[in-house]
Amino acid sequence: MSNETVQDYVVAHGRAKSFYERFERKDELQHQTHFCPGCGHGTVHKMLARVIDELGIQDRTILVGPVGCGVFTYYYFDVGNISAAHGRAPAVATAVKRSRPGSIVIGYQGDGDLSAIGSAEILHAANRGEHVSLIFINNAVYSMTGGQAAPTTLLGQKTTTTPFGRSAANEGYPMHVCELLATLDAPVYIERVGLGDNRQAMQASRAIRRAIENQVNGLGFSLIEVLAPCPTIWKKTPVEAQRWVRDEMEKVYPLGVYCDRTKARMEAGLTQPAVAPTLDQLPGILGVAEADLPEGNAAALVADKPVDLQVRVAGFGGQGVLLLGEVLAEAGLDAGLDVSWLPSYGPEMRSGTSNCHVRLSRKPIDSPLVAAPNLLVAMNEPSLRKFDRAVRDGGWVIYDGDEFPADCVREGLHTFAAPFTRIADELGNKRAANMVMLGSLLEIASVLPEASVAAALHRMVKNPRWMELDERAIARGRELYRASLKEMVSA
Amino acid sequence: MAEGKKPDRGQLRIDEAECKGCGLCIEACPAKVIAMGEGLNHYGYRTAVYAGAGCTGCGICFMICPEPGAITVYRLVSAAGAATTTDSAKGATACASN
Amino acid sequence: MRKQLMKGNEAIVKSAILAGCRAFYGYPITPASEIAEAAALYMPQTGGVYVQAESEVASINMLYGAASAGVRAMTASSGPGISLMQEGISYMAGAELPCVIADIMRGGPGLGNIGAEQGDYHQVVKGGGHGNYRTIVLAPHSVQEMADLTSLAFDLADRYRNPVVVLADGFIGQMMEPVEFPQAATAPHLPPWAVAGTAASRRNLITSLELDFDRMEKLQLKLEAKYKAAAERETRAEEWQTADADIVLVGYGIMGRILKAVTTEARAAGLKVGVLRPITLYPFPEAALQRLAKTARLFAVVEMSNGQMVEDVKLALNGSRPVEFYSRVGGNVPSQAEVLKFVYELARREGLAKGAARPVAEEERMAHV
Repeated sequence: MSNETVQDYVVAHGRAKSFYERFERKDELQHQTHFCPGCGHGTVHKMLARVIDELGIQDRTILVGPVGCGVFTYYYFDVGNISAAHGRAPAVATAVKRSRPGSIVIGYQGDGDLSAIGSAEILHAANRGEHVSLIFINNAVYSMTGGQAAPTTLLGQKTTTTPFGRSAANEGYPMHVCELLATLDAPVYIERVGLGDNRQAMQASRAIRRAIENQVNGLGFSLIEVLAPCPTIWKKTPVEAQRWVRDEMEKVYPLGVYCDRTKARMEAGLTQPAVAPTLDQLPGILGVAEADLPEGNAAALVADKPVDLQVRVAGFGGQGVLLLGEVLAEAGLDAGLDVSWLPSYGPEMRSGTSNCHVRLSRKPIDSPLVAAPNLLVAMNEPSLRKFDRAVRDGGWVIYDGDEFPADCVREGLHTFAAPFTRIADELGNKRAANMVMLGSLLEIASVLPEASVAAALHRMVKNPRWMELDERAIARGRELYRASLKEMVSA
Repeated sequence: MAEGKKPDRGQLRIDEAECKGCGLCIEACPAKVIAMGEGLNHYGYRTAVYAGAGCTGCGICFMICPEPGAITVYRLVSAAGAATTTDSAKGATACASN
Repeated sequence: MRKQLMKGNEAIVKSAILAGCRAFYGYPITPASEIAEAAALYMPQTGGVYVQAESEVASINMLYGAASAGVRAMTASSGPGISLMQEGISYMAGAELPCVIADIMRGGPGLGNIGAEQGDYHQVVKGGGHGNYRTIVLAPHSVQEMADLTSLAFDLADRYRNPVVVLADGFIGQMMEPVEFPQAATAPHLPPWAVAGTAASRRNLITSLELDFDRMEKLQLKLEAKYKAAAERETRAEEWQTADADIVLVGYGIMGRILKAVTTEARAAGLKVGVLRPITLYPFPEAALQRLAKTARLFAVVEMSNGQMVEDVKLALNGSRPVEFYSRVGGNVPSQAEVLKFVYELARREGLAKGAARPVAEEERMAHV
């Protein structure tokens, strides 16, 4: 061949520049992959590298690698690389893409990785329509670990863990990932391709390009399943393995497009990301900007009187037990006291009993748990009987009932009973009974400024109709207790 | 290449050191101009070799080959395009004519 | 500084965002769900990401992804969910990725219940995942500390490129207390090692895989050196009335609060009692314990577990002083009165109770009609 002729040729198909020059996976032969001769991974790697080159996205690309024979993507692809745990690439890719929306995030997984251990992650990443591209290599077997069965193993196929061939009775049927994912509404593009012959391979190359292009165009989830040969584990020559893809795998896993919403999604247009606020706006957005917080009414707090309210509020769920406690704590804070509020939580929120611990003190509060209250608000009889004996000598019990049960009376225990629910009902809604009881409590404790209570109520109760009722309810509760004092005096 | 004969549309370079001898390119080549060589490379693989003529530059062997750079396919350009000739193309023919 | 009343679980999220956290990936679980709820509310408003994952396995792997991309990210859960996250925590430690995980502990093994307990100590502090790694563990005892330690957690996670757990119990998560926040927010920054989809970060790699034995050994020695450095620099504990204490009570989280109340009562009765409250559970405040061992007669560990942290106290003291243990589990909390009775019995046994008033136990107090 003369020199003149040589100069008439240019590279038409050559090594992709998205591959590293040398692969440091091994100490020698660093221009070669670690894949076995005839491995489908190598072919798909080349297709992927070529697309990255052609689309000019090398700097933006982040490859999320799997566990399996494809684990060493980072030795080959000169792009950003993140190794995911077995099966978790779709979860990892989800967050990478959401963290860096301008990047092109490509997940690469085998069939053990994606269809077995990672079946939940792929299903939900697809269902959320994550804006990532997934390459799924299906070779019907766990190759790296030596040829165990995968969910994709064909019926009758012998593997080291299906030594008699896969049986539907014991291992179920080959899993059809594309068909499964295509039932979802979110995915943009799902196609199954093969490496069984030239025609299949050319289509595979086109499909992989589309999956990446979709992401470049700002579209959502694309997945390409590639039926790929594994000559070593299948115990076939590379050419036999290629034919097995075409002649056997394709029968079980039909090639084709399973979902294509590319056009519709392009027409629908892209949503613009919200503009992030500036740093100095954050405290305001979070509701913690000091300037937005109330001044409080500490100056109005009754001076010189020691304050150590240890309150237990108890009743049924729905009676407003927790809210009563919250308003009390909020009012205490407004008055400049240290406070704590601790609820019984969980299923009790929905039914059954409910109670909370509230402390208000001039001194820093040590334990927020009130095992021995000096004030008990019992919104019904079971709650009274549950906690009354824990009340400290000299403490108070406020009870919702016509009269305090005689057997609960004890020396050193102050009691105040009234039909709070009925009174609230008369005021307009029996659900305001908690606020009537709070009114009596405030009157008994006689330490918190009224302004603090009003401020607390305004912060806790947003509905103006309830606000008005609650204010009346508290006032009524105060009156009730004051009236009882007068009665006592007149008696 | 004989005088007066039309030049091949394509040229092929197979990097013997990178080739693992899987034979997929031989199977894939529509023009059937790739064959398994007789010798072993230093890694112990029998490698594919280009017949030296008849490449159409279709690139299918490149696409099927699992190795990133074991195959390079070159395409004939017109005289006008000769300015784009690369150094590696020279290497390619050197290799192909081995 | 003006304070506001807030739940511990809510304070975590607000503090996290002010600390530059811009991602929450999680799965709801009682008693941690308010953290996810607050994140769902505030992340989108503050330029952050909120994703409710399909599982805690996915959540922690999403954290892995976000951290790989250089974003300060967090998740929250309770014991059963933390169990599922252990795989990912190990991977993150191996890949040297920072993140913050809040564990709001609930009761029991298995499904257990939603009562407050401290049974996750072993799985969190000792590392429930595989391999040689540690997580830094912070144990708040108040809503203010939920905020402050969350902020610290992000700094430590970045400083040591390692997961940090904020370990609290259901009470600390659910209760409301006055809290204040820094008014200056931390700007998110991109660490130089992150994979961010840029030309500058293109050759960065995040992985925990290293097949070469020598290089893997080297990596693990590097991790170990980090943990040692953290132990030297980051160990924290609160001491309360320990200077002249004969008996040092040791407890973390809500127990620390109860032990303070016990101490006040015990001192009023004439017993010299103090509290050591570990704030970092890993690294564990060994030096503080060893120092106190020179003056205290004995140590009493009180936990809402069947004896997990007590092992670390014993290791730290290495037999130099007796270590006693008291606990309630199942969602029950050792009450002030019962701990006081336990302390009094210890004091009497050790001859430290001369002249001290015998405390009234809870059940006796309750029986008083």
